[in-house]
Amino acid sequence: MSKIHVTTTVNGDEVDFLCDPRETLLDCLRDRLNLTGAKEGCGTGDCGACSVTLDGRLVCSCLVLGVEAEGKEIGTVEGIADGDVLHPLQKKFIEYAALQCGVCTPGILVAAKALLEKNPDPTEEEVRYWLAGNLCRCTGYDKIIRAVMDTAAELREAV
Amino acid sequence: MALDDRKTDFKFVGTRPDRPDGLDKVTGRAKFGADMYAPGMLHGAILRSPHAHARIVKIDTSKAEALKDVKAVVTRADFSDEVEFKPGLEGEFWNVLENVMAGEKALYDGHAVAAVAATSALAARDALKLIEVEYEVLPHVTDVDKAMEPDAPVIREGAADYSVPEGMHPNVVRYHESGHGDVEAGFAEADLVIEDHFDTEATHQGYIEPHACLAMLGNDGKGELWCCTQGHWIVQKTCAALLGIETSQLRVTASEIGGGFGGKTTVFIEPVALALSRKANRPVKLVMSRSEVFRATGPTASASMDVKIGMKKDGTITAAQGVFRLQGGAFPGAPGDFTAMCAFAPYNLTNVRQVGYDVMTNRPKQAAYRAPGAPMGAFAVESVIDELCNQLGLDPIDVRLKNAAREGTKASYGPRYPRIGLVETLEAAKAHPHYSAPLKPGQGRGISCGFWFNHGGETSVSLALSEDGSAQVMVGTPDIGGSRASMALMAAEVLGIPYENIRVTVADTATLGYNDVSHGSRVTYASGLATIKAAQNAVEKLCERAAAKWGIPVDAVKWENGCAVPSGPNAGDFDPLPIAEITADMGRTGGPISGHFEATPEGAGVSFGTHIVDAEVDRETGKTTITRYTVIQDAGKAIHPTYVEGQFQGGAAQGIGWALNEEYIYGEDGRLQNAVFLDYRIPVASDLPMIDTVIVEVPNPGHPFGVRGVGETGIVPPLAAIANAVSNAAGVRMRQLPMSPPRVLAALKGDG
Ligand code: FES
Ligand code: FES
Repeated sequence: MSKIHVTTTVNGDEVDFLCDPRETLLDCLRDRLNLTGAKEGCGTGDCGACSVTLDGRLVCSCLVLGVEAEGKEIGTVEGIADGDVLHPLQKKFIEYAALQCGVCTPGILVAAKALLEKNPDPTEEEVRYWLAGNLCRCTGYDKIIRAVMDTAAELREAV
Repeated sequence: MALDDRKTDFKFVGTRPDRPDGLDKVTGRAKFGADMYAPGMLHGAILRSPHAHARIVKIDTSKAEALKDVKAVVTRADFSDEVEFKPGLEGEFWNVLENVMAGEKALYDGHAVAAVAATSALAARDALKLIEVEYEVLPHVTDVDKAMEPDAPVIREGAADYSVPEGMHPNVVRYHESGHGDVEAGFAEADLVIEDHFDTEATHQGYIEPHACLAMLGNDGKGELWCCTQGHWIVQKTCAALLGIETSQLRVTASEIGGGFGGKTTVFIEPVALALSRKANRPVKLVMSRSEVFRATGPTASASMDVKIGMKKDGTITAAQGVFRLQGGAFPGAPGDFTAMCAFAPYNLTNVRQVGYDVMTNRPKQAAYRAPGAPMGAFAVESVIDELCNQLGLDPIDVRLKNAAREGTKASYGPRYPRIGLVETLEAAKAHPHYSAPLKPGQGRGISCGFWFNHGGETSVSLALSEDGSAQVMVGTPDIGGSRASMALMAAEVLGIPYENIRVTVADTATLGYNDVSHGSRVTYASGLATIKAAQNAVEKLCERAAAKWGIPVDAVKWENGCAVPSGPNAGDFDPLPIAEITADMGRTGGPISGHFEATPEGAGVSFGTHIVDAEVDRETGKTTITRYTVIQDAGKAIHPTYVEGQFQGGAAQGIGWALNEEYIYGEDGRLQNAVFLDYRIPVASDLPMIDTVIVEVPNPGHPFGVRGVGETGIVPPLAAIANAVSNAAGVRMRQLPMSPPRVLAALKGDG
C-alpha cells in the first residue's frame, strides 16, 4: 500500500513522516518519530498507556490513525518537562513512588496533566474516575492518587 | 549468619530517597522491551491455533514465503531436535519448546504454530493470513475436575512423573502429600467440624507491558537478545537449548520491565524471534498483542479444593485436612504442591494432612503469579476458619492468635520455623483502628492470614570503586519495583558513602555471573545480601590499603563512616582515611578495588501477613465495593519503606481483582472468550479505596540486615479476606471466585 505524507506538530516541534494509512498514531510516534514514551499496553483503547493529547484533548493514540495527525498539535510525555525543569507532576511521582515498573507512568502523567489543566481542584473521586482509563497493575493506585492530589494542591498555592 | 553480628542501627537503610531511575521513568526515556530498534530490523508475527486441541496435519507456508516483504518463516522444524521429552518437570526445556512452538498437536487456543518475519509489522501480520494449516480437531477439556474424570481426553501420554499414584488419569502429572499427626483422631476431638468445597478461576498476571524482544542470531551461533524479562540468565539458558547453540554465545540484555509478577520468568517469543533472525540473517523484533498475552502467556492455575477443619469451642484447631487440585494448562507445572504446603502454614497444628494435584488441560501453560499456588489454598482454608469462628461465636483474630505458628512450631509442610512474625501481624491487626471501626448496614468485615516461603536462589553481584570514591554496583536481577534504590541503600550502608554516590546497573549476561530470575520475593533478600557482601569485600580491601599505608596490621584497621580508622587506641594514631583518598591512589597501591559475591543464599526467611477488609454488597445488583483495606505484613527489615508499602498495596489490589472480577472464561469450543482488557477487567482507579499499610519488622535471622522478601505474601490473604467480608455482608458463604455480581446475586437468591 502506498504511503501517505503527514505533517504535524509534536511537543511544539513541526515534524513530518510517511506512514501506511492503516498505521496508528501510536505506531507513527514510536516507529516513525522515535518517540517511544507512549506505550502500547493493549491497542484497544482500554489501558491508557498510549495516552497523548491531540489539539489539547486527551486521546488513546492507539485508537487514532497516524494520518489523522495532519495539521494537529500532539503532546506526549516527552513534552511534559520544560527543558531540564520537571513538571510538578513528574517530581511528585518520583517523590511519592507513584510508580513501580513505570510502564503506565507516561500515560498517567499525560492524563493527570490534562485533568489538572481542566480542573485544578479535583476531589479524590474525580481523580480516580478521570484516571479510570489508565491501568496500573503494580501500585494499587494509592500513591498515584496521592501524588496527583498533592500536585494539584501545590499548583493551586503557586497561583 | 549468626544473629549477633546482625546490624540494627542504620544510617541509610530505612530512609526513603528518590529512586535512581526516577527521571528516566517520568520523562519517557526509560527503554522497555518494545522500545529498542536496530538497523535493518524486521518485524515478526506469530500464527496461533484457533482450536483448543487439534492434530496439526500439514502447514503450508509457501504463499507467505513468496511475498516480497517476507524474509523468513519458521515452524517447529526450525528449533533444536535434541531437546528431550521427560515426565513431569524433569524435561522442562521440552515443555517450554512445545509451548513456544507447537509440535504434532496444538494444545490450546492461542498455541503458536508458525511465525514470519517481514519488513514491517503490517506486512508480517498480512503474511500470517497466507499460511495454511490443516488441523484435525480433537476432543478437549479445560476444567480441572473434568480433566481428572476417567473419560477425559488425554492431553499427553507419559507426562506424569514418579509421584503420581497408580490408577490416576494420565492428565494428573504430579502429586504431593504431606502433613503430620493423626487427622481422624483430631477431628474426633473437635466440637465442630466443617468441610467445604471451593473453586477459583484462572487469572492473568496482567502486567501492562506485553512481552517484547529484539533478537539477532547469526549462522555462527552467536547472538544478541534484548527483552523484557524477570531473569535474563534463564532466558539465555533456555533460548540456547531450544535453538541448539552454546549458552555463552548468546548475550541477553534485560530491558526495563513493565511488570511481571511471575509471568516473565520464562520465555515465549524470544526463541521464536531468534529462530526468525537466524533464518533471515537480520535483527527481528517481536512484540505480543494484548490478546496474545491473554491467550498464550501466564495465567495462573485454576483450583478445585476440599478443606476440612475441626475446632474446639475455645477456638483450638484439632485437625486440618485439604485436597487441592490445580489445573496448569497443557503442561506439567501447576503448583498443587505449593498450594498444599502453604495452605495451613500459618498455624501450629498437631494433626494436619494436605494433598496437591497438578493436572493438565487444554489451556495455556500456567506461569508463576506472585506466591504461586498460595492464594487459592488460603482462600479455602481461611474461609472455613471464618465459618468456624462465626458458628462458634469467636473473634477471628483471637482464634488465629490462639493457633498461630511461632518460632519453633513444626510447620504443616515439615520444617521448624526460625524467628517469624505472624503473631506480630495479628497483634497489629487487632490493635489497628480499622478492626474496631463500626460497620455500616450492608457492610461486612473479613480477616485472613497468608504465608509465603520466599526464596534465595543463585546470585552474583559485582561492585567496583571509581577513583573519586564513588561506587558502581552490578546486579543481575531486573528492577521491577524500585530494587535499584534498595541495593544502593544497602551498599551505602556498608561503604558509608552517600546513596547518591552509588550507581546500580542491571548487568547483561556477558558482564556478570549467573543470576536466578527476580521471583520468589528474592531480590531485596538475595541480591541485597550479595550487594552487602560485595561491599564488605571491597571494604576489606580498602582497609588493607590503609593498613599498608600506615604500616600497621590489617586487623588494626576498621571501617567507619566511609573512612579507614585505627581500630583502637593501641592501633596507632592516624587521621581517618576517607574512601576517596584510598581510591585516588589505588592504581599505585595495588590496582583497582572491587568487591564480589557469588553464592546461593539459603536463609530467605518465610513471611506472613494479615489483611483486614470491609466490603459492601449491593443486594440489587450483586456488586461488591471494597470500602476499606488494611495490609499488615512482616518485612523483616524495610530497606526502602515506600517501596515496601507499594508491594503491599499492589498485592492487595491484584487480590481484589482476583476475588471480585478477574477470570478466564472459556466457551464450549475451548476458546478463550475474554482476551482483551475490556472483558478481562482488572481493577481501575475508581474501583479501589486507599490501601493502608502497616510494616511489621521481625528481623530475618538469615539476612545481615534482617530483610525478608515482601513481593509475594501480599497477594495471599486478599482472596479469603474479601470472601469473608462479602460472606459476612451478604449473609451467605461465598465458595467460588471471582465473586462477580451475577455470582453474588445467585448466592443471595439461594441458588449459588
Ligand atoms: S494501548 Fe492504547 S489504550 Fe492501551
Ligand atoms: S507502575 Fe507498573 S503498571 Fe503502573
